[in-house]
Amino acid sequence: MIAMVDYGVGNLASLYAALRRAGAEDVRITRSHVDILAANAVVLPGVGRFGHCASELRRLGLDVMLRAAHDRGIPLLGLCVGMQLFFDDSEEDPGTPGLGLCRGRVRRLSGDVRVPHTGWNQVRIVRPHPWLAGVRDEAYFYFVHSYSVDPIDERAIVATVEHGGAVTAAVGSPGTLGLQFHPEKSGAMGISVLRSFVRATAG
Amino acid sequence: MLSKRVIPCLDVEHGRVVKGTRFVDLRDAGDPVALASRYDREGADELVFLDIAASVKRRRTVVDLARRVAESLSIPFCVGGGIGSVDLAAAILRAGADKIAINTAAVRRPALIGEIAGRAGSQAAVLAIDAKKRSDGGYEVVVEGGRTSTGLDAIEWARRGVAAGAGEILLTSIDRDGTRDGFDLELTARVADAVRVPVIASGGAGSASDFVELFTTTGSDAGLAASIFHSGEVVVSDLKRALAGRGVRVRPSAEAA
Repeated sequence: MIAMVDYGVGNLASLYAALRRAGAEDVRITRSHVDILAANAVVLPGVGRFGHCASELRRLGLDVMLRAAHDRGIPLLGLCVGMQLFFDDSEEDPGTPGLGLCRGRVRRLSGDVRVPHTGWNQVRIVRPHPWLAGVRDEAYFYFVHSYSVDPIDERAIVATVEHGGAVTAAVGSPGTLGLQFHPEKSGAMGISVLRSFVRATAG
Repeated sequence: MLSKRVIPCLDVEHGRVVKGTRFVDLRDAGDPVALASRYDREGADELVFLDIAASVKRRRTVVDLARRVAESLSIPFCVGGGIGSVDLAAAILRAGADKIAINTAAVRRPALIGEIAGRAGSQAAVLAIDAKKRSDGGYEVVVEGGRTSTGLDAIEWARRGVAAGAGEILLTSIDRDGTRDGFDLELTARVADAVRVPVIASGGAGSASDFVELFTTTGSDAGLAASIFHSGEVVVSDLKRALAGRGVRVRPSAEAA
């Protein structure tokens, strides 16, 4: 079972449909602590403000559960703000800490570019990750965000994208992947990423 | 680098596409889901659904539309047309839409922009502006399909909308809408220069070269059109090739298939 974390945030309907299209047979939209610890894999969506997302997770006790799942080695996929929540905190809402699964900050996009970074952009894979194995370098994915993650350990960066400078497009370690773009909104390419994730974590 | 977006727009009424389309092979050319999937396969970067009906049943049909589209579409889509409350906006987003376009309701009650942005993020709050050229050379915001003047300056309204939380501007030239004389480049450039959020240009697209001109002469991020796509005069995949051939960065249609 893949647990899609429901904390009232994110485009759950589209993500659910995309995971099903990617071959996932059992997807549960849930905020149950039991489900999260029993899952083969956990997906953490997220959209909107970092602070709102982080405090909703905390209010529902899901921050503790996500850290526990992570400690137990349950595969974890974070999407957009869901990925940003892996980190310590964000310039967007400095008073509200993230999950602290990855060391580093979330910073506002800078440079002479439009913000939010909205649309299809080419992703450069800088380090292999099994869930991105099917993605050829420079494939287009759909982005929409005003902040991006800045990991202290550069080796956490799996992919980058160019928007007023190199911006982190993906961070990962074995069993964990965070994507700044939206695979559920990135056409066939996005579905292929979700398919790799579904296959790698299937039961 | 970020690519330029091509966005077909579908007018819907009671959950059905209003204007006819060329797709004789579609069993039901009035089905927004079938048409949306078709544009997705052709390489459309995003879709906009405009609900043109003024119906008491609108709330249910538009939420239902978003749900059905989200089940089969894997590219982003925006829903607009008569959305005047944050609750309706939230319901449409929950059903699977990515963005909400607000127009007349934002002019009447600008706080709505911030309410949607506050609830769902500014990326979900698209300010749709219908603009008409004034005799003094400026542009005025009009509402109700261009029938009613507001006295608002379009460039100033775009700035205010962004300050209030809009994450994108959908800018329609009412003078060009339906003419196929090309996008209003001056209007588009002025608004794109005035704000830092992405600007979608709309109104007047008649050919691929209109899109080339739009992207090579203005700072807009996306071009929207309806009838030229529905009639088959311009096919999204051909348009993408034409743009790439003129040095405009686009996501190749081949990646959509």
